[in-house]
Amino acid sequence: MNAPSLSARLLAADDRRLWLGMAGCAIAFLVVVPMLNLAMPPDSALHMPNYMVTLLGKYLCYATLALAMDLVWGYCGVLSLGHGAFFALGGYAMGMFMMRSIGARGVYGNADLPDFMVFLNWKELPWYWMGFDHFWFAALMALAVPGALAFVFGWLAFRSRITGVYLSIITQAMTYALMLAFFRNEMGFGGNNGLTDFKDILGFPLAEPSTKLGLYMLSALVLGLAFLVARFVVTSKLGRIMMAVRDAESRVRFLGYSPTWVKLFGFTLSAMLAGLAGALYVPQVGIINPSEFSPANSIEIAIWVAVGGRGTLVGAVLGAFAVNGAKTWLTGAAPELWLFLLGALFIAVTLGLPKGLLGLWGQIRRKEKAHA
Amino acid sequence: MLDDKFEVQVDEPHGPGVPAAGSILYLDGVSVSFDGFKALNALSLILAPGELRTIVGPNGAGKTTMMDVITGKTRPDEGDVLFDEKVDLTRLDESEIANLGIGRKFQKPTVFEHLSVFENLELALKADRGAFATLMFWLSGEQRDTIDATMARIGLADKSRHLAGALSHGQKQWLEIGMLLMQDQRLLLLDEPVAGMTDSETEATAQLILDLARDGSRSLVVVEHDMEFVRALGAKVTVLHEGSVLAEGTLETIQADSKVIEVYLGR
Amino acid sequence: MKAFRLLLVLLALLAWAPAHADEFSDAVRALNADNFADKIAAAEALSALGDGRAAVILEALADGRLHAAGDGTIVMEQGGAYRDAITQAAASSADASPITVNNRLRGVLRGAVGRLGLFSPDPELRKRAAESVIASPTPESAAMVRRALETETLPEVKRMLSLALANLDLADADPERRKAAIQALRDSSDPMVRGQLQHMLETESDPEVKAAADKAVGAINSRLVWVSVGANIFQGLSLGSVLLLAAIGLAVTFGVMGVINMAHGEMIMLGAYTAFVVQEVFRATLPPEYVGLYLPVAVPVAFVVTFVIGVGLERTVIRFLYGRPLETMLATWGISLMLQQLVRSIFGASNREVANPAWMTGGIDLIGGFTLTYNRVIIIGFCLAVLLALAALLRWSSFGLHMRAVTQNRPMAAAMGIPTGRIDAATFGLGSGIAGMAGVALSQIGNVSPNLGQGYIVDSFMVVVFGGVGSLWGTLLGALSLGLVNKVLEPYAGAMLGKILVLVVIILFIQKRPRGLFALKGRSVES
Repeated sequence: MNAPSLSARLLAADDRRLWLGMAGCAIAFLVVVPMLNLAMPPDSALHMPNYMVTLLGKYLCYATLALAMDLVWGYCGVLSLGHGAFFALGGYAMGMFMMRSIGARGVYGNADLPDFMVFLNWKELPWYWMGFDHFWFAALMALAVPGALAFVFGWLAFRSRITGVYLSIITQAMTYALMLAFFRNEMGFGGNNGLTDFKDILGFPLAEPSTKLGLYMLSALVLGLAFLVARFVVTSKLGRIMMAVRDAESRVRFLGYSPTWVKLFGFTLSAMLAGLAGALYVPQVGIINPSEFSPANSIEIAIWVAVGGRGTLVGAVLGAFAVNGAKTWLTGAAPELWLFLLGALFIAVTLGLPKGLLGLWGQIRRKEKAHA
Repeated sequence: MLDDKFEVQVDEPHGPGVPAAGSILYLDGVSVSFDGFKALNALSLILAPGELRTIVGPNGAGKTTMMDVITGKTRPDEGDVLFDEKVDLTRLDESEIANLGIGRKFQKPTVFEHLSVFENLELALKADRGAFATLMFWLSGEQRDTIDATMARIGLADKSRHLAGALSHGQKQWLEIGMLLMQDQRLLLLDEPVAGMTDSETEATAQLILDLARDGSRSLVVVEHDMEFVRALGAKVTVLHEGSVLAEGTLETIQADSKVIEVYLGR
Repeated sequence: MKAFRLLLVLLALLAWAPAHADEFSDAVRALNADNFADKIAAAEALSALGDGRAAVILEALADGRLHAAGDGTIVMEQGGAYRDAITQAAASSADASPITVNNRLRGVLRGAVGRLGLFSPDPELRKRAAESVIASPTPESAAMVRRALETETLPEVKRMLSLALANLDLADADPERRKAAIQALRDSSDPMVRGQLQHMLETESDPEVKAAADKAVGAINSRLVWVSVGANIFQGLSLGSVLLLAAIGLAVTFGVMGVINMAHGEMIMLGAYTAFVVQEVFRATLPPEYVGLYLPVAVPVAFVVTFVIGVGLERTVIRFLYGRPLETMLATWGISLMLQQLVRSIFGASNREVANPAWMTGGIDLIGGFTLTYNRVIIIGFCLAVLLALAALLRWSSFGLHMRAVTQNRPMAAAMGIPTGRIDAATFGLGSGIAGMAGVALSQIGNVSPNLGQGYIVDSFMVVVFGGVGSLWGTLLGALSLGLVNKVLEPYAGAMLGKILVLVVIILFIQKRPRGLFALKGRSVES
């Protein structure tokens, strides 16, 4: 479109609190954390161990994923249970690149084929593995494959006016079908075991703390970027139409807008963000397998968003950190309690906190103001 | 690419095209049934460009179903629905029809409750409806003035930043009329526009509708129960009963019609 | 256990039988040969006599319980006591040493004992023996089978024996006999017989016999096709009935109340665990012969348990979420996680064993090695019974009437004094209760673990959506067609790919008919 309006729009997101918050987060994640990790002596109480850096990196990927979920659910009203799948597809794309990077360093020492293919007695690389030798191609696919799947699936579903729980159910079926498919050895994605034993990414050994720190910082940058993109969308007129579609879809039609394309835009963009998050996630955890497609994962993403406060971008990010932080802590401290807590969280948030933590905070603030 | 969707295809009508000549809206033999109940029964209606028409009828006469058929919400079982002499509305969906230039105000006011008054009007504003176009949309000063003017006209100038959900029933009615104005449509369908309004508000609405009809660039169909309001509009009246037209003419001739009296007053 | 009792019967018979021809005694004595080759020959000769007594002796030999005394008498050890193998008179073991066996001999002995089963008084044993003869025909058995045929009375065993004989006769030197054998075999539906005939097509020199064999193979082939079609249909129906059981309860809560219950699978799981608990109680308190009755008791118990849990959930959580279907979905998912963890904490994460009662094990053997297993047949019947009972309840009871009224117009139903809240709770309880009964049924054909329900949730949603929300008949048709399509695809595409294909087809189908096969008009469950 016309360039001046675009720059004007970007500058118009001039809410000072927003930029201050962004800057604060940037300093915390991109300066303070690396300093605590690198500059502090290992025996210092302030030292941040390497595993913590990777853990934070994982959370950042989850937060990006939550942001993507919020875009479709919080703003378009589409509760997608396919976001775990988009995330996993992005992860597989990056995993395939790292698989190819292993080269002849695998157990079988075969430079042309990944180990699992040698094991399955395959003779040559399947066509859909072509191109994954190149990073740019893998990165492109991490965005394009989830995006294309979401576009086609969404086009079919939204055009037929499948909404609400029906849409949730069929996205869940899609996720489930993909999981079954990736479990098959014949698919050529490593079957049950998935892709693992990665050595390095773009020449940086994955086992090195410096690589981990780099990936973590990249995740933080990507989250910030995703936040700005999402904010640009939701503050645009399109964002307001999304909310209108969420609240009264049929009314939007009579205004001349097509909810199909509005939702399709949100769904596709969101799937691409989810794929991006997955692509960053896999090098940090070192494995991607079909269980990432499990329908339970997709539902869990919804609860991150709900806990933080759906329909607010900050809420989604906050929720991802809060729930996953609790998960890490509790699965270590009292593993049998975790599912109880997660289950209770689902119920409590839907019953008592429809606006999530952010809504709760807003309430408290309002009360304080009223008292003051 | 996404915007292609909004280029409305003009199909040759499958019915006879000649009788539709010179009309903005042409309904012929339109029938709709729900589970055996005939909501519309061979309804025929012709509206001339620039015409203001009021439609009355008892509950269940098919007034709202007729609007549903015209705006694409309901597909008729049979019959022709033509806009502007030649566009077959039965083949288009709601948004395509809206983009042709047909606007609608619902019986129950439906505004976007989580958006502000200003934003509601901004969404209605006549502009490119494509997804990417709206993503990159930037309100020009001129457009802002248009919205401000409309807010003044519907008496909500001081409520610009209020959420639409917080408005009173009558204010929502006005907001919806305002949204219709923003769309700048050629054919306006108003379903019970003064329901729930005070007398003075009703009067103002009648004035507004007469203003709209005056310059002849728009055609209006107003469905209303309030006979005072119908009288104030002073337009041609169509009486619907059991899904088809019972009588048509001025309010005086209608009120003298024995069939109409029977339907309204009972046997 | 059973075999042991049979042996006792045999022994009793043997003790009573008069000692007859010395042929038998000689053959027994020959078992004490110097080398294994001779022992094998002796064993085969003994078994070829077709004397019922031989089985016990050969079995004893195989177990190392057959001893040879210094005077050449063969002594058999049985539960610590020694008897003369031929006369059954008590004997001393003073100078007896066991007759050694090696693996090859053992193999021969097993086969021989098996074949000797042909003369057992137990028809089940005779049948099994006939099967083993069919499976591994040896020229020596031909004579035995002929002898057995003379005395056999049971038509079923007789048929099998003739089949076995025909099988053996295929290798006979006389072409007429071979032809007769082919004629006898052409009514078989055994893929193995077909294999033998096919093999014969390659080796047979006599053109007439060859032509007969060719025709017989054709006949068997076409029969086998039908058998496999029948087997597929049965398996499809069986899978369909499982899906139906899993989905009916969901159809009630989703169709009637518009509530997506993600914890539905856990209700099934709880039903299965109820079956487990009832079984354990029966095992602990009742004599073994009554334990099999736990199943008919478990069905109503499971219904009550899950009904109560369902009502509890509706009153405490779900009723606050009406009109917010997406939130209901998330909240019930939370419930499902908690129920899973609860069961895991109480019963452990591993599978629990719920045994088929004796009256549910086994099946009806049909032609071509295809068995209608009783548990599957009973589940199909049970599933139809549940469906009919539910349909009757909805159609004729006042609860059903109220339920339908609430479905169609809630405010109006409330205005007429129908307690909508209580109807909602009961409806949810009903859906959960049916899931619980489904769980009892599923415990009979699969593992009982905390994850049991998760395996059914996607499938049962697909059934409901495919069949059309709010229509029981749609659910029936949806479940059966999904079951059939799955099973028909399986041989060509493999189980997983078949399932994936079905999912993809449903996803595409929903585009065309978003409301399913049997769409309910009027109020719809839209968000």
